[in-house]
Amino acid sequence: MMETKIHIDKDIKAFMDECLQRDNPKSYLIAVLHKVQKKFGYLSPEHMDQVAQYMQIPTSTISGVATFYHFFRLQPRGKYAISVCMGTACFVKGADKVLESFKTELGIDIGETTQDGLFSLENSRCLGVCALAPVVTVNDKVYSNVNEKQVPDLINRVRSEEE
Amino acid sequence: MKKVKITIDDKEIAVAPDITIMQAAEQLGIKIPRLCYHPDLSLEGACRVCIVNVEGWRTFAASCATRVSEGMKIQTNSPEIRQARRDLIELILDNHPRECQLCERDGNCELQNLAYSLGVRERLFEGRRKRHDIERSSPSVIRDAEKCILCRRCVRVCAEVQGVFNLSQLYRGFNTVVAPAYEGPMNDSVCIACGQCVNVCPVASFLENRSTDKVWEALADPDKHVVAQIAPSIRAAIGEGFNQPAGTAMTGQTVTALRRLGFDAVFDTNFGADMTIVEEAHELVLRLEKNEHLPLLTSCSSGWIKFLEHFYPEMIPNASSCKSPMSIVSTLLKTHYAEKQKIDPEKIYMVAIMPCVAKKFEAERPEHRTDFGAPYTDAVLTTRELIWMIKAYGIDITNLPEEDFDTPLGFSSGAADIFGTTGGVMEAALRTAAENLTGKPLDNLDFTGVRKTEGLREASIKIGDKELNVAVANGLTHAKEILDKVKSGKKTFHLVELMACPGGCMGGGGQPYPPYGHHVLDREVLKIRGEALYHIDAKKQVRKSHENPFVKKIYQQLLKTPGSDKAHKLLHTSYHAREPRGIK
Ligand code: SF4
Ligand code: SF4
Ligand code: SF4
Repeated sequence: MMETKIHIDKDIKAFMDECLQRDNPKSYLIAVLHKVQKKFGYLSPEHMDQVAQYMQIPTSTISGVATFYHFFRLQPRGKYAISVCMGTACFVKGADKVLESFKTELGIDIGETTQDGLFSLENSRCLGVCALAPVVTVNDKVYSNVNEKQVPDLINRVRSEEE
Repeated sequence: MKKVKITIDDKEIAVAPDITIMQAAEQLGIKIPRLCYHPDLSLEGACRVCIVNVEGWRTFAASCATRVSEGMKIQTNSPEIRQARRDLIELILDNHPRECQLCERDGNCELQNLAYSLGVRERLFEGRRKRHDIERSSPSVIRDAEKCILCRRCVRVCAEVQGVFNLSQLYRGFNTVVAPAYEGPMNDSVCIACGQCVNVCPVASFLENRSTDKVWEALADPDKHVVAQIAPSIRAAIGEGFNQPAGTAMTGQTVTALRRLGFDAVFDTNFGADMTIVEEAHELVLRLEKNEHLPLLTSCSSGWIKFLEHFYPEMIPNASSCKSPMSIVSTLLKTHYAEKQKIDPEKIYMVAIMPCVAKKFEAERPEHRTDFGAPYTDAVLTTRELIWMIKAYGIDITNLPEEDFDTPLGFSSGAADIFGTTGGVMEAALRTAAENLTGKPLDNLDFTGVRKTEGLREASIKIGDKELNVAVANGLTHAKEILDKVKSGKKTFHLVELMACPGGCMGGGGQPYPPYGHHVLDREVLKIRGEALYHIDAKKQVRKSHENPFVKKIYQQLLKTPGSDKAHKLLHTSYHAREPRGIK
């Protein structure tokens, strides 16, 4: 058999080796994927292919697991990672409309990244700043009292700064 | 095993303790409706159409997945149960296109049949439905996720029977879709193009990639010399498409029907099978002499060859380099035959009628192209596609006279007929190889030791003073088993016959769908189809490939000897490792 090149680093390989020693190694797949995501920020087909070969688990199975759990990202985060808080307070004050607005403006769904790699969209649990609801974070920056009408503006601002 | 007493619909019955309610009910002549269930696959219990009431249980039980136990009181029918089953089907239909009249499964769709028999007569809601484009990248199989009802039969057959694990359920909830890894194109996956997903899918979510349009077009083109060849297993299965019992041999009528459709000549893939055998037997004898690359792995199943390339590329040197019978007939047609008949080979259009969808992939392989760049085989039709064309043309095949194939590529020995069933290639090869090895004709031509339909069997066969270890595998999970055994070196094998599909070509991905109420790939049906071929073989005058007079003539006129340079140029091919690499 051809040697498969493992780009995923030594730590992950070591962890997979460890799993392969245990009973029922395939049950550690989720743990392995977590490690890969932690390292690279997302799971690419290449990463999953490598895990498949190394652990001898079909890629279709891995792809099934990776797409089933919300936790796994299948695309790299954008340069600007937008996260809309969906905690109760934010939700009550219209976070769902804000999220919808981001989706239409950017043309992407939760967990996705725009083609130019600039924006990615996520939702988060309560950030604990309910007084500021609805809250949106862009990377480390917190925006408070956001309403859906402000969304296009916010995006345009970032875009023009980029140009 | 001590039997358990249960009551089903007020009838008492003692049954084995390890069976399910569904199986027990069948013993009483009760056929519980079902959808995701298939007897050869693992239990899924996803559709819940087979629910029954068990006294004392809070909810209905899925009868396919619930074992009987002592004293169980089961009710398979009541207004509530019937209503619940109907509701389940209605829920599926709410998320399903309403286009039966435009659908290829119209008339043999399990969902449609269930909706009818359970009494769904009106639809009340028009809600959100899933939308997906049809995925057509594979020459063999198309995937229409919009019609998928998530029964997972395809996922199970691909993993459990074929060992390919190409399909899985991706995403979740409303977005769930069955697809190869990363929802990628089938053509870029480990799919070996066998079409078993097409066979087991209850709806039209997996279908063969149709070639009928281009065949009609060729038939209507006066400039083209359109030629058909039919594979051995077509003749034993085509009748099922016209309400004939399984195993009705319809060779002559099929030839007549093809002529009426407008084919200029009708040849027999069996001729190619005879050629394959003569070449393959020669290869075997050579390898035995040199004691290298053993066991010889047969190469006529295109799905198996693709599997070899994705999963066991290190064993490619063991595979026979001989082309499949289909490709041999196509090659000889566009070279030798065209020359003899003074027909411009660029005007010949070859249509191969196969029980198989992997043959569509094989026909497109760059290895099988003429010097002028056209494929040797221009189109591959499945048995199902031919049945449809015959119906569309308005031919009543059951009342047709029987006609003979054209010569020379239409004459064949009995050895070729049995190619269509598992073990047949092995037996045919042994008939010729035995004579090559001993120099003496065989007394007994029937190697019954290899005539069974189980997925995997081994035998030892004495030929002269040699003892040959042989194995036959069908269904690629069995192929994996035998290849791993070969690789482990625990036992020496000399010849292994491999076929991708359960039961061999008889259970190919292009064979007729079973009538309603029967399950696809029923071993009994596969066996009956196979027996039809053994009957044809037993009745033939010539039963050994190398005694086919037209094969002999081709060697005299063209190829000289088996394994000659010319034979290699025309009748042999090569394989290569493929990405993505499969997981064993
Ligand atoms: S798959 Fe069946 S139910 Fe669906 S459209 Fe086709 S025939 Fe009708
Ligand atoms: S054609 Fe065969 S290998 Fe390909 S997805 Fe279908 S069952 Fe699996
Ligand atoms: S494609 Fe067909 S067999 Fe596969 S899950 Fe969907 S309906 Fe079932």
